[in-house]
Amino acid sequence: MTKRVLVVDDEPNIVLSLEFLMKRAGFEVAVARNGSEALAALEGSPPHLLLLDVMMPELDGFEVCERVRARPDWKDTKIIMLTARGREQERERGLALGADAYVTKPFSTRELVEQVRLMLGES
Amino acid sequence: MALVGTALTLSILYLAALFAVASFGDRRAGQGRSVIANPYVYTLSLAVYCTAWTFFGSVGLAATGGLAFMPVYLGPTLAALLFAFVLRKILLITKAYGITSIADFISARYGKSGLLAGLVTIVAVVGTVPYMSIQLNAVAASLELMLVHSPNAAFMTGADSALLVALLLAVFSILFGTRHIDATEHHQGMVLAVAVESIVKLLCFVTLGVVVTFWLFDGPGAILEGLREAGRGDLLTLAGTGYGNADWILLTALSALAMLVLPRQFQVAVIENVELPHVRRSIWLFPLYLFAINLFVLPIALAGVASALGGSPDSIVVALPLAAGHDWLALVAYLGGFSAATAMVIVETVALSTMVSNDLVMPVLLRIKALRLERWHDLSRLILMVRRVAILLVLLLGYVFFQLIGNRYGLASIGLIAFCAMAQLAPLIIAGIYWREAALPGAVLGLAAGFAVWIYTLIVPAMAGTGTLSITLVTEGPAGIGLLRPTALFGLSGLHPVSHALVWSLTANVGLLVLVSLLVRQNKLERLQALLFVDVESSRASTRLWRGEAQVGALLDLLRRFLGPERAEAVLASDAAARGRALARDEAADAALVQLSERGLARALGAASARVVVGSVVRGEVMGPDELMEILDETQKVLEYSHRLEEKSLALEEATGELRRANERLQQLDRLKDDFIATVSHELRTPLTSIRSFSEILHDTPDLEPAERQHFLHIVIRESERLTRLINDVLDLSKIESGRMEWHVGPCDLRDTVQEAVAASEGLMAEKKARLECELEAGASVVVCDRDRLLQVLINLLSNASKFLPAEDGRVRLIMRRHRDRFEVRVEDNGPGVPPAYREAVFEKFRQVSDDLKSRPKGTGLGLPISRHIIEHFGGRIWVEDAALGGAALCFTLPVPRADHPALAAE
Repeated sequence: MTKRVLVVDDEPNIVLSLEFLMKRAGFEVAVARNGSEALAALEGSPPHLLLLDVMMPELDGFEVCERVRARPDWKDTKIIMLTARGREQERERGLALGADAYVTKPFSTRELVEQVRLMLGES
Repeated sequence: MALVGTALTLSILYLAALFAVASFGDRRAGQGRSVIANPYVYTLSLAVYCTAWTFFGSVGLAATGGLAFMPVYLGPTLAALLFAFVLRKILLITKAYGITSIADFISARYGKSGLLAGLVTIVAVVGTVPYMSIQLNAVAASLELMLVHSPNAAFMTGADSALLVALLLAVFSILFGTRHIDATEHHQGMVLAVAVESIVKLLCFVTLGVVVTFWLFDGPGAILEGLREAGRGDLLTLAGTGYGNADWILLTALSALAMLVLPRQFQVAVIENVELPHVRRSIWLFPLYLFAINLFVLPIALAGVASALGGSPDSIVVALPLAAGHDWLALVAYLGGFSAATAMVIVETVALSTMVSNDLVMPVLLRIKALRLERWHDLSRLILMVRRVAILLVLLLGYVFFQLIGNRYGLASIGLIAFCAMAQLAPLIIAGIYWREAALPGAVLGLAAGFAVWIYTLIVPAMAGTGTLSITLVTEGPAGIGLLRPTALFGLSGLHPVSHALVWSLTANVGLLVLVSLLVRQNKLERLQALLFVDVESSRASTRLWRGEAQVGALLDLLRRFLGPERAEAVLASDAAARGRALARDEAADAALVQLSERGLARALGAASARVVVGSVVRGEVMGPDELMEILDETQKVLEYSHRLEEKSLALEEATGELRRANERLQQLDRLKDDFIATVSHELRTPLTSIRSFSEILHDTPDLEPAERQHFLHIVIRESERLTRLINDVLDLSKIESGRMEWHVGPCDLRDTVQEAVAASEGLMAEKKARLECELEAGASVVVCDRDRLLQVLINLLSNASKFLPAEDGRVRLIMRRHRDRFEVRVEDNGPGVPPAYREAVFEKFRQVSDDLKSRPKGTGLGLPISRHIIEHFGGRIWVEDAALGGAALCFTLPVPRADHPALAAE
């Protein structure tokens, strides 16, 4: 079964690059431009993994993460948080909220793809 | 009953009623429900100014001199308006230092001088006696007129009606005014009675006026008719008064001064004043009263002239009704006059008797060792007795004066003569409360000289007139020296005798007061008192004037002797209340208690006597003035020191607060800096992420479609550009904010710069398919600024506008116009606009406002903050508002440089 990945970011170019990378790695990709869109996308069939940007207007990544973890039916969804701010206390906050990994931008595309594969049990 | 009998009965009934009113007032005061504590009663009590002189004399004067009666009422009217602030200060002083009379006031100011207090009292008594005689004269004359109309009043025949009136009033005044010993305690009953009398005399006079004018005559027109027939039409002209311009001014000024210095006016206006604010209302109420009571003076007087009554013009008010056969109206007139006279006599004698006992008799008695007054058990009875005798004496002196001068002068002339004597006190008061240097020797010499000149210029001619002195003294001058003629001193002639006397007496008075004060040094107590008076607003805190050792018992005995046991206990009780415990008899009294006792005694004895009396029991002398000043200086120093300490601690507190605020500000700045760095980091990492990701994709994916490869490369280039812009902006901003920006300031043409920015933005607009219109006002448009930075702002604003344009039919309009002192540039668009809540926020760093988050604008978020810095650096303003096109208008102004601007000169 093809694993589904949801890419959430407010920067169109970053969304485009992540979408390309995930598709090339063989995943099914959906995109959301902000937190609300992400939650809406989750409602139908929850993806196996969330690539979640932290700093977005209105609903930010932390809040999305918190809400996802509050839903028992979404507990299997893995979350990788992406941030451009790179502060240690934010990484801790993200992990405390239930994120599975915390990646600082800019990142190595190969390492990110590798991490996603590992997390979804496809090496 | 005979008319005169009715009049006498009426007088006694009236006095009884008045006594009842006074008792009521005192009773209410005793219950703490004062009837007089309101501005209306205060104003009515001020109307004690209007005496029998007003009632009989003004009409008499108007009958011979027409408008000549007016200065006496114009003066107080002006005084009420102009002297309100003087009165306020006098009131503050009086209330602060327990002043009992005008003599006490003046002597307290000039070092509590007994000599000056005595002198003032003598002037007051001498000035009052003729005034008193007017009242007796007027009432007696009315009675005698009625006697003529009472053929069967045998019991009155041969009786001396003036003496009768004098005795009656003396008894009444004694009953009335000397029930208490404390002269500062308000005579509430008396004030209420006087207020009632003011109503009675006003009603009587108006009734008389209305009946005479509209009943006996057919209105003012008929009176004028009669006047012309009597050949006295001149009475209505200024010439008819016999006054020159100078007389008008001088007599008005004299009457104004009288308001301030007549003992009875000082009594009602100052001593009896319950609350300071009452003065304010009286400023217009009192002139109103004066106007009302003077309204019918002229009609009645002219009616009297027209009726050719004969007899003294001062009797017109009674003679006119009698001649017309209206006995009742004559009684109304008599009653009004009687009430005016009694009011004056009561208040004047109360005021004078206090002065005579406190400032003349008691100081002398206290100094006569043979009397051994210090052994007397209760002196308060003695003081009351002195006051009663003083009242009787003043009235009898008035009677004697009346017998001597008789009817030789009109009431008004005698009144003015009295005014002139009292006016000698005015310079001492005015200088005393406004001029610190005014000194005791100056005051004594000035007052004595003024008083002497008054005697010489007014009393000597009067005595010559009665034959007591040789008439040649007046006509040729003493020893034939013409320059010294008492009615034309130093050749000054052509004035009314009173104006003449006023000029010379006040010249001598003021001249000596000022000259001597400038020459002598004040002693220290005087300096202190002068300070306390002149700076009363700031120095009301009690100053401790006594050092020393007195036993509480000795002070208590002293208080008992002079005030009686009850009041003595009251003084100690108030001390106990202030101290929190009562002192025992054998304890040492401290300065506060000594001071309190002196104040208590001053109320009964006046300041000068109280000082002497207290000095007798305070062991080790009354504090000498030198020591006193030393202590004062020391107190002053301590006060200053504590004041400085207070200031220092305040400054410390302030500094602490400032430090705390600075610290908070630093912490805040630190947080802001952190936030800024985090934000900048985010803004830099975002394009960097795209660049790295796409570069890696391009590198790792050799088999990309050519179109896709092209697209990704394009993104890499665009994001690199974005990164460059961002770095430039961050550097710019940090330079500007830290003040390290290098500005290349010079004159530059705003229009040229705008056009250059438009040219540079054309590509951008074409890309957006937007229309750019320019409306640039013609005319000189030179501003002083950094041209490159200005260009940066303009391009930034244009590119900003382009980002928010609708996809179709985007429009940008650039407007430049000149106001009086500034140029305004507006960049308007037809985009979505900026909601009012965000119009300030858009100038914050990294605050991009957009409704549509899907199309996040491609800016650094620093353009507007940088633009604001630049515009404000050159003295302009930048803001956002609604555009005529429907979107946002980003506007800024730059000042029109002054012609002498140095940057323009350099060109």
